[in-house]
Amino acid sequence: MLNFQLNGQDVTADAPDDATLLWVLTDDLKQHGLKFGCGLSQCGACDVMIDAEVVRSCQTKASSAGGRSVTTLSGLMENGKASKLQQAFIDEQAAQCGYCLSGMIMTAQALIDRNPKPTEADVRAALNGNLCRCGTHTRIIRAVLRATE
Amino acid sequence: MNTMLKKMTRRELLATTGFLTLTFAMPSNLFGQQAPEALGIAGGPGLPHDMKNNPMLSSWLRINSDGTVTLLIGKVEFGQGNRTAIGQVCAEELDVDFSRLQIIAGDTKLCPDEGVTSGSTSMPDGATAVQHASAEVRGILLGLAAEKLGQPAETMKVKDGTVTAANGKTTTYWELVVGKALDVNATDKPILKDPATYTIEGTSVPRVDIPAKMTGGESFVQDMHPDGVVYGMVARPPNYRSKLTSIDTGPIEKMPGVIKVVRNGSFLGVIAKTKDEAMAASAALGTAGKWDVPNDMIGNAGIYDWLLKAPSNPNIIHDQKRADGAAPVKTIEATFQRPYVMHGSIGTSAAIAQLGADGVMTIHTHSQSVWQTAEAIAKMLKVDTDKVRCIHTQGSGCYGHNMADDAAADAALLATAVPGKTVKLQYTRAQEHQWEPYGSAMVIKVKAGVDGDGNVLDWETDVWSTSHATRPGGHPGNLLSARYLDPPFEQPTPKDISGPNYGAGRNAIPLYDFPGQTVTTHFVSEMPIRVSSTRSLGAYANVFALESFIDELAHDAKVDPLEYRLRFLKDDRARAVLTKAADLFGWSNYERKPNQGRGIAFARYKNYAALTAVAIEVRVTPRSGRVQVLRASVADDSGQAVNPNGIANQMEGAVIQSLSWTLKEEVRFSDSAILSADWASYPIITFQEVPNIDVAVINQPGMPFLGTGEAGQGPTAAAVTNAIFDAAGVRLRTLPLTPDRVKTAMAVKKG
Repeated sequence: MLNFQLNGQDVTADAPDDATLLWVLTDDLKQHGLKFGCGLSQCGACDVMIDAEVVRSCQTKASSAGGRSVTTLSGLMENGKASKLQQAFIDEQAAQCGYCLSGMIMTAQALIDRNPKPTEADVRAALNGNLCRCGTHTRIIRAVLRATE
Repeated sequence: MNTMLKKMTRRELLATTGFLTLTFAMPSNLFGQQAPEALGIAGGPGLPHDMKNNPMLSSWLRINSDGTVTLLIGKVEFGQGNRTAIGQVCAEELDVDFSRLQIIAGDTKLCPDEGVTSGSTSMPDGATAVQHASAEVRGILLGLAAEKLGQPAETMKVKDGTVTAANGKTTTYWELVVGKALDVNATDKPILKDPATYTIEGTSVPRVDIPAKMTGGESFVQDMHPDGVVYGMVARPPNYRSKLTSIDTGPIEKMPGVIKVVRNGSFLGVIAKTKDEAMAASAALGTAGKWDVPNDMIGNAGIYDWLLKAPSNPNIIHDQKRADGAAPVKTIEATFQRPYVMHGSIGTSAAIAQLGADGVMTIHTHSQSVWQTAEAIAKMLKVDTDKVRCIHTQGSGCYGHNMADDAAADAALLATAVPGKTVKLQYTRAQEHQWEPYGSAMVIKVKAGVDGDGNVLDWETDVWSTSHATRPGGHPGNLLSARYLDPPFEQPTPKDISGPNYGAGRNAIPLYDFPGQTVTTHFVSEMPIRVSSTRSLGAYANVFALESFIDELAHDAKVDPLEYRLRFLKDDRARAVLTKAADLFGWSNYERKPNQGRGIAFARYKNYAALTAVAIEVRVTPRSGRVQVLRASVADDSGQAVNPNGIANQMEGAVIQSLSWTLKEEVRFSDSAILSADWASYPIITFQEVPNIDVAVINQPGMPFLGTGEAGQGPTAAAVTNAIFDAAGVRLRTLPLTPDRVKTAMAVKKG
């Protein structure tokens, strides 16, 4: 049994210690705001936060979340509504397929948490390890900058 | 979206969604118009393409008494925004608010079969059919309103489903349908709205699928977690032609969580209780077998020589003789080469399948071709086609025929082994990278005879290519795993897609007004590695070649490349997009800086669809050969622009993806294996390499929808290549334009 906080709520997962955090969050705890992309920490589609740190959940053991606070994309919502950052992504229509976006938004949120007024270069650098195949990069950059205006 | 495995039938759908059903059944005198053809047969010649096989209006639309409208479509969403745009066309033509629409797409049981969602046809075929159906339904509703209000239909005005007669009396669509069941014929003469009155088309309605994707809602087949789901994985052979000679699956059957190991010929799969357990078991399965492994692949280094020498079928697709006999003063020729590239979806392909007690295999899939894939899977499983139901559920963007269909087939194979259980399958990254059907390698030779002023007199294009089309198409041999079953389904020998503008030859015919033109395709049916439809098919490489070569000719003639193109481009819309892209870029007042340069390119996709011009500025670092794309300016004419922001989004994506292909991508393979197995061995463009992009969408109110998705691939490749030439003085003709290639070319030029 594994106990941790998920999006502000105490949760228990019936998973072995060596279970992968990604699958515990998606398959056991029915989270949709993180995706399997590569399983190799190369693309960022599975990014979530443990405490204030963005981790690649595909290469993270669930046990490392024990007793800590995990935030997924839906956990950024405020009173059931899109957060300022999420709304900026919606307003910029910053998606094509959108598969990579949960990781993009989590990484961008971590950037904003440590640097509330990032420049375009800061945003590009922060997101450089997150891959997008549809070519939505410029909209994603605009969305992050819009949220921090 | 969670319709998971809930077997909704057409009758249930009707029962739950309202009263007005419009069926193509009995002749009606409602408007005195006759059915285009007899009962149940494809509609008349005037019907839009996608209505010909789906002439019943009820197969497209339901007006529900609760004030909603159900729109059923066969074109599916994979990030291109077609669901929203097609919905806009429906709402516009029906005169209802967009928010009233419920859209169901790509369910083989419920939706009209619109074939494959490919070739940028969602708008020209899909939206045109919906426009037609919506206009007809509106006409029928106005007829009902006329009867009810005792006023002539022509005088009625409609706003959001409320119909107002000239005398001020009103009714609503929702009132009109109560208790009514109508059998009326589809016609081929709908009364369409005047585009000048559009309030929904031409506006950037926000995409309906985006909010859930931004807030952690369930959006993708990969997100679905139905109760009782179990996890399937496959283990692939060492390479394409390997055969499994023996395997002891006993130890794997004893691994934690394993429910079943499936072996059929050389196909291996496993079903387990958790994803971790399924992955561990499939990894073990992958190393447990003894395989006969032929090491006879040709390797990527030799692919261009191989293409030129392989048996091919020369086909002159365009032959325009020059009347005037003056000989050219000079002949210029060049050879262009394009490697295999990957679709490279960020999410690996996935599917969820369940074999029900009724013998029906229900599959949630992100296939672009649900009907034909269902047929292929049924044949693979040796069951009737109506025993396989595919329900389209969004996946990661695919950009053509990726492994979506293979995942659907694999999930079905595994679900067959555990009847009643819901099997979810998602490939590993290596499985997706190494087994997907790549975009074909190509060689293009271009030759021009020019006069003393640099005008082209005679033009020749010769294109060598393997297939661009091995989609399932109802044939199990096109499903990857089916080829490894015992007995195997053989893959059909591919044919080039017929017509001058389809497969290998797409956009190989110049649109410039050159007097003599000969274009020949050399289609190679053999496939050294797996290939199929990849965004724009042959057009990407052909436009890269043609629009690079035009630049070479302009340079040789000492004429500005924009001016040179306009000299031979007669079509007004083509001239307008080129001029617009140049204006947006600031072509006429461009300020030169050291190591920087600009390039421009144009194409009309398929030579009859969207018109697109791209201008790009680059900086080339001489010491490293590194190309930095500084900015891109795009003009696009996709006909009637339904959702301008959606068009811009597609164009931005096309430019960025094409830059990634053009500057970085090549599938590498040895004599025994695909070496591009992950994002480290197959790098794609990143945030720090992406330019900012301006897009001008040229609207053509009332003109046909032309589609957008693939139009930017080719022009971008040529524009960046031309910009490198302008910046560094080197002409690169083999993709990708890596720093090594740029540096080497610069060294050669320096001597």
